[in-house]
Amino acid sequence: MPSLKDLRNRISSVKATQKITKAMQMVAAAKLRRAQEAAEAARPYSQRMGQVLANIADAVGEGDDSPRLMTGTGKSDVHLLVVCTAERGLCGGFNSQIVRLAREHTRKLLAEGKQVKILCVGKKGFDILRRDHRDRIIDRVDLREVKSVGFGDADAIARQVIELFNKGEFDVCTLFYSEFKSVISQIPTAQQLIPASAPAKTDDAVGDDKLGGAIYEYEPDAGSILSDLIPRNIAVQIFRALLENAASEQGARMSAMDNATRNAGEMIDKLTLSYNRQRQAQITKELIEIISGAEAL
Amino acid sequence: MADTFNFELVSPERLLVSAEAVSVVIPGSEGEMTVLPQHAPVMTTLRPGIVSVELSTGEKQDFVVFGGFADILPTGCTLLAEAAFAVNDLDRDEFARRVEAARADREKASGDEEVMKLDEYLNQLTTLQGAILPA
Repeated sequence: MPSLKDLRNRISSVKATQKITKAMQMVAAAKLRRAQEAAEAARPYSQRMGQVLANIADAVGEGDDSPRLMTGTGKSDVHLLVVCTAERGLCGGFNSQIVRLAREHTRKLLAEGKQVKILCVGKKGFDILRRDHRDRIIDRVDLREVKSVGFGDADAIARQVIELFNKGEFDVCTLFYSEFKSVISQIPTAQQLIPASAPAKTDDAVGDDKLGGAIYEYEPDAGSILSDLIPRNIAVQIFRALLENAASEQGARMSAMDNATRNAGEMIDKLTLSYNRQRQAQITKELIEIISGAEAL
Repeated sequence: MADTFNFELVSPERLLVSAEAVSVVIPGSEGEMTVLPQHAPVMTTLRPGIVSVELSTGEKQDFVVFGGFADILPTGCTLLAEAAFAVNDLDRDEFARRVEAARADREKASGDEEVMKLDEYLNQLTTLQGAILPA
């Protein structure tokens, strides 16, 4: 049976924890708003990019001269997994969900006899993955210094991936991130980056309507625009993933901290109850002692 | 015939302009071009340069873009810039950093075609720097 003093200490420490989780929740809420705004602001670019890419890929067609980033190497022996996670923990199942998906993917690929290489973006994914895939991790990208993800960060990762591809280090590249649905739901997603699949034209019919079936002139020719466009599209995809991830992370943290605050509240209630009970018991005990002492006289 | 068209300038981070415009001058990779309403559909890549827009309100705006591409249709013109800034907002240090990065890439580059491409890019970049940020 803990003494009254122990209980008092316990209550005050849980209260302090509750204050921290509450503060973290509020910070996450503010950051989430900003992350969502950033994700929204970036949407027009990737949408237009998709439209333009679909148009142009249609014009060029699947020929021998289409860029290798689009057609791939024709093999699928070596897979590169780009796993994007957060830099910080305390955000519920956010990091572990992404890593779990990547792990399952890895297991499946290994069972098929493929080779797997991993590129970690973010510290947490690296920390978890290095336990059992240490030798497969070829590099890690650190975004700890980065306050809000800019296109430059995504571009740097894209360049690294493309460079590896050009060196023939891998055949297929898949991107792992968490898609932001709402504050309570973030869906870990795997998306194939290379070979790039051209976005379906039916995605957004607006571009087609405006075009009215007209034929584009290309300056320089369509092929070289396409080969310029695809690396950029990869950067855009990664950028989008990073932004989604940032929003998801804050969303996950917000709900995790909300839960923690509520749990702390419940714990405080329970502790207060047993504290009061014990205090009452002690008072009763003392009274009985006094009364029985008086009676003995 | 419509005398304005919808002009949009988008960078990966945000939508900079979306407005009715009368004419837009674009630094295309094959040379500058002016887009007027009812322009034939053209798609072109951009080199680093200045985009100047004349809005339907008569206001003129200048932007600096660092590469990207343009999608031109009779009814509108969309610029997807790799990075874009209003001329007045452009930071001297930011520009210097880009030039530095391009130089570093050039040093690392191998293969004639790549070197040539980067040389050209670097050249365009420094020309632009000289033009808008006189020392």
